[in-house]
Amino acid sequence: MAKARIKVPKVVKRGAVFEVRLLIRHPMETGFRYNNVGQKIPKNIVHTVRCVYNGTEVFHAELFPGIAANPYFSFFTIAEGSGELECVWTDDAGVTTSERVALTVSE
Amino acid sequence: MIYAQLSRLSRRHVLAGLLGCLLVPLGKARSADALPEKLVPLIRQATGGMLPQVGRVSLILPTLAESGHSVRLRVRVESPMTPQAHVRHIHIFSEKNPRPVIARFSLGPQAGRAEVHTRIRLAGTQQVVAVAVMNDGTAWMASAEVVVTAAACVEGS
Repeated sequence: MAKARIKVPKVVKRGAVFEVRLLIRHPMETGFRYNNVGQKIPKNIVHTVRCVYNGTEVFHAELFPGIAANPYFSFFTIAEGSGELECVWTDDAGVTTSERVALTVSE
Repeated sequence: MIYAQLSRLSRRHVLAGLLGCLLVPLGKARSADALPEKLVPLIRQATGGMLPQVGRVSLILPTLAESGHSVRLRVRVESPMTPQAHVRHIHIFSEKNPRPVIARFSLGPQAGRAEVHTRIRLAGTQQVVAVAVMNDGTAWMASAEVVVTAAACVEGS
């Protein structure tokens, strides 16, 4: 399965506000849980998420252990032109992942 | 004797009593809306010192969540989202989670609409607070009470 899913409308009219839905696959370990031999499972949270649409940052989130596993976000932005929406996120293990989706804007 | 006392009851006393009856439930409602003590310093830090006014933010959460592991949260702020007037940050706080700050979202005029949805963890029945900081420096908030039947992030679980 993919590391994340980004959903945008198939075609958006120029100037229209559209919804972006992002689902990241990540355990979001809080650091409060123990494994079966009583050792603490280290904290591993996606702490930063950024989404860039044609070079402009349209969404930025700082996350903490209070966000559910497999974090889901939905946000809005204005259709400026056809192109690409890229989301980049980093977790406590230092792993940076990105996922992109093409966007078609009609006149 | 009782009759004599009753006759001394003036119109002023009756009116004062009636007013008192009205005020008692009002006072109770206000205390339920009050911010949890623990969150006040965190909220002040987020807004730059002041306490936000209630309004302009709507926080939608289920009144009852079966599991605290994943609770749907929607936050919407009334704002034209123009370069002159827009929402800069939305902060989400929880009253009883071991980490009271849940998330910080940054928005701008390019968002078009100040609305974010996500899913949060809740360690038990509690109040959730959303604070929006505008570009003009004002801050607004809303809170919601969620009843959680099975809590998340309880130590040792």
